[in-house]
This record gives sequence, structure tokens and C-alpha cells, in this order.
Amino acid sequence: MIEAADLRKTFTVYRRAGRLRRERRQVTAVDGVSFSVEPGEMVGYIGPNGAGKSTTIKMLTGILVPSSGKVLVAGLAPARKRTELARRIGVVFGNRSLLWWDLPLRDSFELLRHIYRVPAVDHRGRLAELSELLDLGPFLDTPVRQLSLGQRMRGELTAALLHAPKVLFLDEPTVGLDIVSKARVRDFLAELNRQRGVTVLLTTHDLSDIERLCPRMLIIDQGKVLYDGGTAEITARFEAERTLVVDLAETRPPLRLARGSVVRTDGPRQWIKFRSTQTTAAALVSAVSEQAQLVDLSIEEPSIEEVVRRVYTGEAVPASTG
Amino acid sequence: MAELWARLTTYRRLAGASIRARAQYRLTFGLDFAAQLAAGLSDFLAILVIFHHLPRLGGWSLPEVAFLYGMAGISFALTDLCIGQLDTLGQMIRLGTFDVFLVRPLGSLFQVVASELQLKRLAKAGQAGAVFVYALANLHIGWSAPKLVMVAASIGSGAAIFSGVWIAGSAISFWTTDVQEIVNSFTYGGSFLTSYPINIFGAWTRRFLAFVVPMAFVAYYPSLFILDKPDAVIGQPALAFASPLIAGLTVLAAAAVWRFGVRHYRSTGS
Repeated sequence: MIEAADLRKTFTVYRRAGRLRRERRQVTAVDGVSFSVEPGEMVGYIGPNGAGKSTTIKMLTGILVPSSGKVLVAGLAPARKRTELARRIGVVFGNRSLLWWDLPLRDSFELLRHIYRVPAVDHRGRLAELSELLDLGPFLDTPVRQLSLGQRMRGELTAALLHAPKVLFLDEPTVGLDIVSKARVRDFLAELNRQRGVTVLLTTHDLSDIERLCPRMLIIDQGKVLYDGGTAEITARFEAERTLVVDLAETRPPLRLARGSVVRTDGPRQWIKFRSTQTTAAALVSAVSEQAQLVDLSIEEPSIEEVVRRVYTGEAVPASTG
Repeated sequence: MAELWARLTTYRRLAGASIRARAQYRLTFGLDFAAQLAAGLSDFLAILVIFHHLPRLGGWSLPEVAFLYGMAGISFALTDLCIGQLDTLGQMIRLGTFDVFLVRPLGSLFQVVASELQLKRLAKAGQAGAVFVYALANLHIGWSAPKLVMVAASIGSGAAIFSGVWIAGSAISFWTTDVQEIVNSFTYGGSFLTSYPINIFGAWTRRFLAFVVPMAFVAYYPSLFILDKPDAVIGQPALAFASPLIAGLTVLAAAAVWRFGVRHYRSTGS
């Protein structure tokens, strides 16, 4: 459904160097990315900021023309067959709206029906189904600018799906959403993939999105694919590992705990690493409070930057690389 | 034909939506409309001031210049009304909102111009129309069928030439943003130049207007034909008949520049 072979995108950047002189520099945003996605797959495409995730998505959707390499989406070359491709794909940008800002959601959907030339009967059916699944009813007649971010994102998803695309591209669909809205979007996407077999490619830098939704993930950094394989292999290594950050009443030497080890201290604050397979955060907290007076605490999940760093240092050996 | 009809329907829908959206800000609309009208009037006032001091301008009387001004003004107002939204292309590119047009199954240029229909731009058409009517009332044109056809054809060709220059100029934004001022000097500046008989300008300006940015074909040559005046650029009043051809070429060239520009669109950030 998606084929990318040695895909590359180079930008020329000019930087002022001196009063009149400009320095010309080539920046490679995507550097020889190859992968393929089968119909019905749901793949996570993750990496730190500036890794080349969005640039890849933009080449797959026909927004950007690749500098070199081959790409096929639903059997079409995106940039060359842009308008044809547009009918077969749906796109959601977390930080960019595809809706009409001053119009009610319902009007935006009606405009999209004309743009995509969806027969009125099909449109009605799909809109009814989607607004049921995403619970759009209460705000269908509210102008988009008055919607909360979570409501708007549900509107964006509907807008991307009204023409029944085969492939759905999601660029940071959960960015900025609260936990409840995030869960709702994830549940919906899982359902969509299971019931309709829509192929989904999802970029995010929230590891938990991927864990919840995508059996397969691609990790990209500095324009190159670092890892292409099962999500479980990665999360088994990292997700299990969490850090409990405790603020104690006074500065103390590192605590000695049976099922966790202090990896860092800073004044009264201590970082305790533990594996969720061996103990729970609650057990660890009570163990800490037996030894010291606890003022505050938080739990850190491994960040995508951390995962990337570990893949580099060889702590996570890629199952297969693209 | 069915395709064209579908396109027009889509345009009507999109433009209609923008009018509905704008209707929420009624006062702003009223003020904008008044401002456009005032700007248009002051434009023509400048010409009146000149004629207050001179009986003729480059061999043209006031009603004749008004005729030229009216034709060019109507062409420009049509262009402004239909594709004036290109003014915001630079901003769309800077903010990355242009991305949205590229993931929809319609041409990107079509979507940019259909993204908003600003009715305040009708003010310019009304003002140019009024000047044109004044000219007709004060000129004694020996009307004939070819002259009537020429008026209609040259307003259409004029609008097409303005559009072409405007589209090609705006497309520069795909390479470098913040060029809107330069582009404006060609579009709005071009419209200003077409309001005067071009023989009053220096030789190089005249050649530039006739053959590089083909503004002379917007209203100058057609007016020569209709008003039975001699050509002061290369001595060929028959060039009036070349307007539709020049217009076609301008539009084709502009479309090519646009397509080339879209391929160089860089999008922004994440």
C-alpha cells in the first residue's frame, strides 16, 4: 500500500554570513529511507523532533517532491498524481487544520463532500456513522474556532475519512491533547483499522500512542531508519523501565532499595529506576517512605529521545533494519 | 463541459462559504468597502488634477484618458475580484497552510483563489465603471460592430493579462517569501500604469510595458483602435487585435510558472 525506496529530500538553506554574503548549505532532512507497508497495517513512524518524520509524510502525501528515490502510495506516485491520490488518502495534521475556521463543522463537511465529490447518500451514511463513533453530535453546529482541541481533532479525523480513503496519514494526531481525548482518538483509530482495514501510518513522539496502536514501528533519526520491526521488542526493553522521581524533605545520600536503584541525585531530589515487571510504583513509594520523609513524587516514562539513544549505543539491537 | 460546471459549483460553494464566514464581521466589511471606494476615487482624482493644469496628456483628452482608465480599471477589478486572494499566498506558504490545498483533489491555484471571495473588491469595479460611463457620455465614438467586440474582448483579455502577471508574480513566493511588495509593484503598479496613455512614458518604459509585462495590451492598444488614435510605441494600431493572443500566452506562461513553483514548495517546520 505504501512503498518507499531510498527516499531522499534535501533542502538548500541560505544563511547570512557577513553583510552581503550568503552561505549556501544543503540540509538532508530525509536520507535514504526505505520501507513498505502492507494493506491493513498500522505502523508507527517515530523519532525525535527534526528527525524527518513530517518531511517523509509530506513526500508520501504529495505535498513535497522527493529529491530522489521512489515512492508509491496506493499504486500512485504522490507528487505526480497528486489530485488522484488525494481521493484515496486521508490526512490529519496535529498542528494544522483542514477545516474552515469560521464555519460550523457541519458546513466544513458539506464543503468537503463537494471537493471530493462524494454522493449525498454515501456522505450522509458516513457522517452519521463517524459522528456516532466520535460523538460529534453536541458540537456539529459550533464554529470550528470555538471548539476545544480534542473536539477539533475529532472533527479533523471525520474530515479525513468522509471520502472513505484506503490509507490514513496522521501527523502527530495526539499532540497537545489531554489524556481523555487522547484515549478517545486512540480507541477510534484502533476500531477503524480493525473494522475497515484502513492502512494507517502515524507519526508521533508519544511512545504510548504507538504502544497502544501499532504492532509495528519505524524509528527514524537524522533522516535515516534506525529500526523497523515489532513494537513489542522495543517496548519490552524500555517501557518496562520507568523512573520514579522523589523529592525528599532533606538532602540525603542515595537511598538503598531492594527493587530499584538511584541513578541520579540533585539536592533533596533523587531519581530511582525500576522495572515494572519486578515491582510497582506504589510498592516502591512505600519502600521510600519507610526510609525518608517524602514531599513530592512523579514518574517518568522513557522518552523517544532516550529510546533512540539506546538503539545507537546498542542496548536495543534492531530486529531488522530498513 | 460537465467538468467545468462541476468546477464552477465547487467555486460557488467555497466562495459562498467564505462570504458566510465573513458575514460574521459586518462592520469590518463596511469599513473595508468604504476604504476601497475611497482609494479608487483618489486614483482618478490624480488624473483630474493633471487635466486641471494641462488640456491634453500626450495627445489624449480627459474623456479619452477616462475611457482608457475605465477599460483598464474594469479589467483590473475583475481580476482583483476573482484572484485577488493570491495576495495571501506568501502568508499561506510561510505558515504552511498551503499544505492543506495539496492534499485535496483539486488544483492548488484554484483552491487558493477560491479560498475567499472578497465582495469589498466590487467597490473598485463600481468606481471604474462610473468613470467608463463618464467617458462614453463625453466621447463621440463612431460605434461599429468591430469596436463593440473590441471593448468586450479587451476587457476579457485585460483581465487575463493582469491575472497572468499576478499568478506568475505570486508564484515567486514558492522560492522566497516576503516578496509580496515586489509582486504588488507589478500588479497594482501595473494597473496604475495602464490608466495612462503609455506614450507619456520614456521609450524603455514603453517597450517594457508593451513586450515584457504586456500591460500595453490591457487597454492602451484596444483604446487606440476604438478611439481611432495613432500608436506612439511602434506605430502599429493593429496591435489591438493581438490582445487576446497576448492574453492567452500570458496565462499559459503563468500556469507553467505556477506548476514549477508548486514543485519547489518547501512547506514549513513539522
